[in-house]
Amino acid sequence: MPTAPEQNDDAARGAAPDAPVIEFRDVGKRYGDNVVLDGLDFSVRKGDRVTLIGPSGSGKTTILRLVMTLEDATEGYIFVDGEPLTHEERNGRRVELNKKQRKRIRQKIGMVFQQFNLFPNMTVLENIVEAPLHVLGHPRAEVLERAGNLLEKVGLADKADAHPSSLSGGQQQRVAIARALAMDPEILLLDEVTSALDPEIVGEVLGILRTIAEETDITMLLVTHEMQFAKDVSNRVLMFDGGRIIEEAEPEAMFSNPTHERTKSFLRAVLGEDQIGTR
Amino acid sequence: MTDHLASLAEAAPRLAQGLSVTVQLTIFGALLAFAIAVVLGLMAGSSSLWLRGPARVVIEFFRGTSLVVQLFFYFFVLPQLGVDLHPMVCGVLGLGLNYGAYGAEVVRGSINSVPAGQWEATIALSLSPAQRIRRVIFPQAWALMIPSLTNLLVHLMKGTAIVSAITLADFTFHLDQLRRVTSTMFSYAAVGLIGYFVLALVLTGIMAMLETHAKHKLGQGRSLRAILSPAPTVAAPGGGAA
Ligand SMILES: Nc1ncnc2c1ncn2[C@@H]1O[C@H](COP(=O)(O)OP(=O)(O)OP(=O)(O)O)[C@@H](O)[C@H]1O
Ligand SMILES: [Mg+2]
Repeated sequence: MPTAPEQNDDAARGAAPDAPVIEFRDVGKRYGDNVVLDGLDFSVRKGDRVTLIGPSGSGKTTILRLVMTLEDATEGYIFVDGEPLTHEERNGRRVELNKKQRKRIRQKIGMVFQQFNLFPNMTVLENIVEAPLHVLGHPRAEVLERAGNLLEKVGLADKADAHPSSLSGGQQQRVAIARALAMDPEILLLDEVTSALDPEIVGEVLGILRTIAEETDITMLLVTHEMQFAKDVSNRVLMFDGGRIIEEAEPEAMFSNPTHERTKSFLRAVLGEDQIGTR
Repeated sequence: MTDHLASLAEAAPRLAQGLSVTVQLTIFGALLAFAIAVVLGLMAGSSSLWLRGPARVVIEFFRGTSLVVQLFFYFFVLPQLGVDLHPMVCGVLGLGLNYGAYGAEVVRGSINSVPAGQWEATIALSLSPAQRIRRVIFPQAWALMIPSLTNLLVHLMKGTAIVSAITLADFTFHLDQLRRVTSTMFSYAAVGLIGYFVLALVLTGIMAMLETHAKHKLGQGRSLRAILSPAPTVAAPGGGAA
């Protein structure tokens, strides 16, 4: 059982300076009778790059969706920068917070989806500037300059006025990454961002993400089946099964020397027989 | 035969007047219907019971009661309650509410068919609920709803014919007069068929252009301009289309 720290409401809502950037406390998520997450505890510190791995249906996507507030947890508490995201404990009861809370915190978080989800009614540039202009209300000239730099960074400066539908999957995903970064998020959520792509263009997207990981201190929570990428980018790997974390380690240790039997068989399936075991 | 033509020629100005009433009813009725369809459709698709509940009641009510009865109500009953509406207003109101209720289902349905991922992206980018609809979801739903709206529009246009029941002298009313004078079915039927058919053709054509434009904005198909302008090689010298 989590013990809620003794604090008044004001303190609970104010960002705590050295709190983890993301913290799950005893989080549960169920759809009807289907328990997807169960008593989940973990935290992500500022600048961490955490990779979630695990078999299909183990709840990896669900975790990212909870952080993005696309879904609400059914039990427990999620904190971002020390602030409760959707629910908090008051007098021993779990109560939902005013929706303003999640709206405010949401702006710190960006997400890149497996299916890109670019807006087809906008050009590439319009996709990128939409939220900075109309949500953050930043000055147009500034937003356009930044969008230009981001397009440059993802190698699509010449596609600013193209329609998303005229781009390849890899190009669309690069736009989606630029769009998320245009909001200058503290936290970037990446859900299998290359699994809808042809194998030969996976590299171009991962290359960009590697650069972003090197050049920024954005906290990243990612789900991927690209183990080499996980190794290169992340400093921590969490292995999920049955809605719980069954193993947690640095990537090197996790991939070369997993301890849990489920992790071993999962990694064998993903990496192939020969790559696991003693070094 | 010459008799018919003579009486037709004589009736032409009145037929034209009637046609203009029909066209006005169609245009204003359709505009009102569209506005109602969007409002009710958005409400009916909302997750809030406070919006969804009332919208459902209104939609079911106006779909479930006949247009004639509604028109009679506006024209004969409302005056007794102290609300005196011009017959034209009654007609537009009746058509707008009736077809707006049908249109609401079309709007709700097409908003539902916009992929969930689009909604999720709008949330991830912190767009407000109004921005989500206005800037992302509706423009995509719009392209999906046009074919069904075209059907409803043609139905509405034909539905205008019953307004003669509330003393409006529309196209059908004057055609009926023509039939009485000439006591022959032929001219009545032929002129009526052609008149309504051409109207329907024009409406369908306009909607087809709207659809082409909407799809082009989603990156599907060619632009309206590209389709309407003659291909450079075929273009007659100096002859620009439209
Ligand atoms: N909207 C929903 N309604 C009902 N069940 C759902 C819903 N979304 C997810 N689930 C269930 O939750 C479980 C976990 O799903 P989730 O997508 O988080 O898994 P995952 O680890 O991301 O799997 P994958 O590797 O296949 O992407 C699955 O059993 C899924 O069927
Ligand atoms: Mg998943």
